[in-house]
Amino acid sequence: MPKLTVDGIELEVPQGATVLQACELAGKEIPRFCYHERLSIAGNCRMCLVEVAPGPPKPQASCALPAAEGQVIRTDSAMVKKAREGVMEFLLINHPLDCPICDQGGECDLQDQSVAYGRGSSRYHEHKRAVTEKYMGPLIKTTMTRCIHCTRCVRFSEEVAGVDEIGALYRGENTQITTYLERAAFHEMSANVIDLCPVGALTSRPYAFEARPWELKKTLGIDVSDACGANIRLDSRGREVLRILPRVNDDVNEEWISDKARYQVDGLTRRRLDAVWLRRDGKLEKASWDEAFKAIARVKPGASIAAVAGDMVDCETMFAAKALLGALGSTLLEGRQTGMDYDTSNLAAVNFNSTFAGIETADAILIVGSQVRTEAPLVNVRLRKAVKRGAKVFLVGPEWETTFGGEFLGENLSVLNALPAHVNEAMAKAERPTIIVGGGAIAKGAIPAALALGETWKVVREGWNGFNALHLAAARMGGLMLGFAQDGGIADLVAAKPKLLLSLGADEVDYAKFADSIVVYIGHHGDKGAHAADIILPAAAFSEKAGTYVNTEGRVQMADKAVFAPGDAREDWTILRALADALGVNVNFDSFEELRERMITAVPALGVEGLADYGKLPKAKKSAKADGVIGYPIRDFYLTNPIARASATMQRCSAELLHGQDFAEAAE
Amino acid sequence: MADRHLAPDTPELRARWGAFAWTAENAAKAREVVARYPEGRQRSAVMPLLDLAQRQVGAETSTQGWLPIPVMEYVAHYLAMPVIRVVEVATFYTMYNLVPVGRFHVQVCGTTPCMLRGSDDIMAACKAKGMKKGHTSADGLWTLTEVECMGNCASAPMVQINDDNYEDLTAADMTRILDDLAAGRQPKTGTQAPGRHTVEPLGGPTSLAAMVDANHDYRGEW
Repeated sequence: MPKLTVDGIELEVPQGATVLQACELAGKEIPRFCYHERLSIAGNCRMCLVEVAPGPPKPQASCALPAAEGQVIRTDSAMVKKAREGVMEFLLINHPLDCPICDQGGECDLQDQSVAYGRGSSRYHEHKRAVTEKYMGPLIKTTMTRCIHCTRCVRFSEEVAGVDEIGALYRGENTQITTYLERAAFHEMSANVIDLCPVGALTSRPYAFEARPWELKKTLGIDVSDACGANIRLDSRGREVLRILPRVNDDVNEEWISDKARYQVDGLTRRRLDAVWLRRDGKLEKASWDEAFKAIARVKPGASIAAVAGDMVDCETMFAAKALLGALGSTLLEGRQTGMDYDTSNLAAVNFNSTFAGIETADAILIVGSQVRTEAPLVNVRLRKAVKRGAKVFLVGPEWETTFGGEFLGENLSVLNALPAHVNEAMAKAERPTIIVGGGAIAKGAIPAALALGETWKVVREGWNGFNALHLAAARMGGLMLGFAQDGGIADLVAAKPKLLLSLGADEVDYAKFADSIVVYIGHHGDKGAHAADIILPAAAFSEKAGTYVNTEGRVQMADKAVFAPGDAREDWTILRALADALGVNVNFDSFEELRERMITAVPALGVEGLADYGKLPKAKKSAKADGVIGYPIRDFYLTNPIARASATMQRCSAELLHGQDFAEAAE
Repeated sequence: MADRHLAPDTPELRARWGAFAWTAENAAKAREVVARYPEGRQRSAVMPLLDLAQRQVGAETSTQGWLPIPVMEYVAHYLAMPVIRVVEVATFYTMYNLVPVGRFHVQVCGTTPCMLRGSDDIMAACKAKGMKKGHTSADGLWTLTEVECMGNCASAPMVQINDDNYEDLTAADMTRILDDLAAGRQPKTGTQAPGRHTVEPLGGPTSLAAMVDANHDYRGEW
């Protein structure tokens, strides 16, 4: 614990801290471009120069200098000021002064820091360097003339994403950052380089020239494109969400989000359900809310009503539906649309118990039936960190290109019944053994067998729970907590032959099985669910309602409402409340606050932000065996939900990156 | 250097070099090079292997050789490393040619010591042979490049032609060397100054002269 002095402030910093970190601990701002907390130290921008004694009588790059006992650091001396001005002047030599036409303007590190630390005018009269455009795919727009060669993007793709595709070619003044042969950057987290870029060299292609940051209203939200529950910020102007950016949350998404979470945003304004539709003589026709409610009341479902929750609904919506069904005397609730029927009597067995941050410390990991890279890109990043720390990874399932190595043991779950000796040994000897059961394996009933293996390897021990289920739906854990699960899965609903089926944005259900039911679709996109519906009630997407979401690690998180739903669309809970009136029952809530209060009374864990406690893992059945060839549920990473399917950006990503379609670049 | 660029990745290039593989002799050399590095650090062999690959391309095209994209990919694959990391190395170092060069790659040093000793005349002698800076001559014999310091300032001016240095040049020496090379003769390499062996001072030592034969303590004379 070295003791040192920063600008006269004495403080003690942790062992291994850098001078830059010490200055930050002392509350001093150190300008920087290349240094980033989550990337390796490069030390090539030279902006973080400070004066350090003892040491050579010259400014030192604080990001790469270890803090040592007795150092006297100055960040406010004349030497530091001059050094910063000098570095800034060098950086601006070749940087174009095109801020008025640059999308980074207003949120640009270079802009801010040149105001704060620069000289104010340039002494450079020669020609500036120009760099040819580099194609980086449908998501990243490049203006490489603006690049200051901080190499954050290079380090991100190598270290975090695990896909070496961006590099710095040539040298010195001629350095150019590019992808290999200017091919599109292709991994699930590629667009994070846009946030990392301290200048306007890499900007968002779909969001190009859309808005200035100061015009936008920022709303805190939770991503629903997968079950990770990434913390996001929705930037909206007027009635439209223009972009989605990650928020920092070290427990969940650090500061990354997947490309889908970021760019499905334009799907929020396309293919929207903005009017009530009624099916008359087999054809959907526009109608009024009144007509729709009367039509539903005419069904007189009584207790013969069921509800299926989609993958992106919030807990409040599900609870409102549950209250409505409860008032009518039905408990036919289900959220696992594709027919999964795993045991939900103990939620600890279907939860990601290690937590995302915890999985980094695992030292032996068995992944059963999960293509983590597409199913949960944020978990994939954590797994890569674990492997970098020395974890061994074994995978069961069809082979896919991992970013962390690992050994594939076979496609069939039966591998679990007789694992190779070296796998057993590695898992049994590990200090933090971990099992991750993915969607593909859960569907094949692998949980009991995984629990049995977990018991053998003692994955639950002091301070560690290594049993994890990795879900794909943002609504899954919340739904399970609210009882959206039947013993036999959705088959129980089919067998009950309900007169009325409420579909809460459920687009993956096989509606052919509900041919005799009146299907009421309460959702936001004209997708598969709406096609099969008899009555469509337009509702709000995740950006248009406040809500509670529970991610796959059982973390309860709340999101705010960014904009209003379009047209006649209403927030889901108001529709269900009105439906209660139409069906002549009382659900005991008249406002969102009352609804949330009742939900929290029913399931107290939903009222506390943070990890829900599901108790101990159930006792495993020793005889549990697994069998079946694993099929991964995600075929097209970019088109997994109705919002993404409606998004032009996601469609283009799918066509170009997954299906190899060529898109001619428009001449600019 | 500013005009260094990668040769475009065309179908023709792929057709010509897509099947690149070590010759039996080079395969043995490559194995030996890789074996010099500790287990798990095989990537460190990228520079010698790129040089080997460039020489093999040179042997196949009877030039100094260069590194087409498929060849870099072959090296990357051979070392199981990402191609972009190989391209980074190849584009960083000027000794890797990124575009085809001629039979003789004439690299004239134009840095200050050579310039003061007459590198402009050397450059003029090259141009008189039809060479153009940054280009390969039409007959494929010459490629002329102006380079920065090659570390032969004591025997400036100098040129490097393929693997050999020619130092202490005059324009006449340069013309003779180029004529010899074109005619298929190997000129004398190293210094061209008569009476000079390597870079020793002409006419005997000028400094520390007292130390030529025996040790001498200069301290009292300071």
